Amino acid sequence: MEPLVKEGNITVPYQWTTGPAVGKFLTELRDNKKIMGLRCPKCKRLFVPPLELFCGRCFVEMKDWVEVSEEGKVISYTVVNLPLPEPCQPPLPPPYALAAIRLEGADTEIIHLLGEVEFEKIKIGMPVKAVWKEKREGSILDIEHFKPRG
Amino acid sequence: MPRKVAVVGTGQTVCVMRREDASFPGMIYEAVNRALKDAELTLADIDAIVFGSSPEYFEGVNHPEKWCGEASGGFLKPQFRIHTGGTVGSSTGIAGYYHVASGLFDVVLAVTGDKLSEGPVQLCLSTVYDPIFGRDFACGAPSAVAIQSRRYMHKYGITEVQAAKVAVKNRKNACNNPYAQLKFPDITVEMVLNSPVISSPLRMLDVCPASDGACAMIFACEEKAKKITKTPAWVKGVSAVAEGVNYVNRDWAEPIALIKAAKTAYSQAGITDPRKEIDVAEIYEAFTYQELIWSEGLGFCGPGEGGKLIDEGVTEMTGELPINPSGGVLSTNTIGATAMMRQVEAALQVMGKAREVYEGKEYNRQVEGAKIALAHGWGGAIQFHNVMILSSNPD
Repeated sequence: MEPLVKEGNITVPYQWTTGPAVGKFLTELRDNKKIMGLRCPKCKRLFVPPLELFCGRCFVEMKDWVEVSEEGKVISYTVVNLPLPEPCQPPLPPPYALAAIRLEGADTEIIHLLGEVEFEKIKIGMPVKAVWKEKREGSILDIEHFKPRG
Repeated sequence: MPRKVAVVGTGQTVCVMRREDASFPGMIYEAVNRALKDAELTLADIDAIVFGSSPEYFEGVNHPEKWCGEASGGFLKPQFRIHTGGTVGSSTGIAGYYHVASGLFDVVLAVTGDKLSEGPVQLCLSTVYDPIFGRDFACGAPSAVAIQSRRYMHKYGITEVQAAKVAVKNRKNACNNPYAQLKFPDITVEMVLNSPVISSPLRMLDVCPASDGACAMIFACEEKAKKITKTPAWVKGVSAVAEGVNYVNRDWAEPIALIKAAKTAYSQAGITDPRKEIDVAEIYEAFTYQELIWSEGLGFCGPGEGGKLIDEGVTEMTGELPINPSGGVLSTNTIGATAMMRQVEAALQVMGKAREVYEGKEYNRQVEGAKIALAHGWGGAIQFHNVMILSSNPD
């Protein structure tokens, strides 16, 4: 028997509420080119980016906003070669470099692109610095990428 | 105290890249029937059904427990759906166990599956990432695991060759499993190292395939189990542990949820030296490096010794603690059924049933004399871990 297939396509629009912690984080990126973190009053970890107004481990509210440096170091990285279909297209065509970056003072990592670097020269521990977009919209992509710090 | 519970029957479908001869519910029906036949039971003997599958995006049909309700044998029976990402298969098995251990049900069938060929898997996996901080950079599952793998290599000096040896071992083992998808009897370390880079350090052959397939298992209380089969696989330890969301606040090379899950399950099963006491393990290595990281988390070796474990042949079929005689996740990954297949394969080992004639051909992946087996499930971007210990001995 010939296998029959029913074709389909789902296009679904969403509007994701950032919540107040992420909202403030993104607003500071956009308006002031500042990277802000929230510190847990109990475990003292500094969350950058802060995902919510609470520390998930201690389960207490966080109110203590702290500005962190736009400089940090690469904790780990990958060079991605796999292209993805729309709509999940990354901001760059493959190959591109992604890194887990720990900003100075932060206790968590931020995932972002590495730019202005030869892929072969990327190393764990490499110091990097944020490169800001001119036109910022309140998105993690207001930082265009991180580049090696000389 | 929970009641004693055993696995009394299992059923797997053959897994392939695309099943054109069956719909998703058709595959579920097939796995359920195989488990019933294995246990020599009928649906009338089943008190409740637990169904598990992956994010609905994979098949593009929401509420799949509705779609598969009758196929899973659930007509006019209690039915639940479980979902915990990659761990869904083992979580569904654990939920089946909980039903019986609680004393509320005597015989429970758990079934899982996915038909990954129906939609774009890596695109769907990218929607698992945080919509604000992860989605823009996501490249399916590989990009996150690549970052985990690179960190692990850096922390302990693990090499690409050591990872490649996992791919070779498991793809060769898969030749002894009639249900496995990728079977490479002639695979070599060089072939793995020469395969194209997907997301560095991960190469094509470091990565699992996407499969269509389903899997079912039947749990029974002690009294029923002893009547149903001469070789029950007794559940001696069960744990499910979760940690935080993507990215933040973790050492990528130290799976703290798995370490806790393993300790909990070992304590229940009375295991103090897992490498010596466990005869065989089926673990969720969707990527080569993960078999090494998870082996450390499970306490099969010390931190950073995962590479040594594979170098010394400890985890080969002929070694002290064979890992993934079935070929593991590197050979077959339906996602939905994958972690249940670990539990089923571990059960088959202690039942002495990991050898069979399938469509006229003999397959043997039995670890001789296996009495205690471990099954592990991983899911949710390094977040969820499940461990189950199965034994041929009820006491």
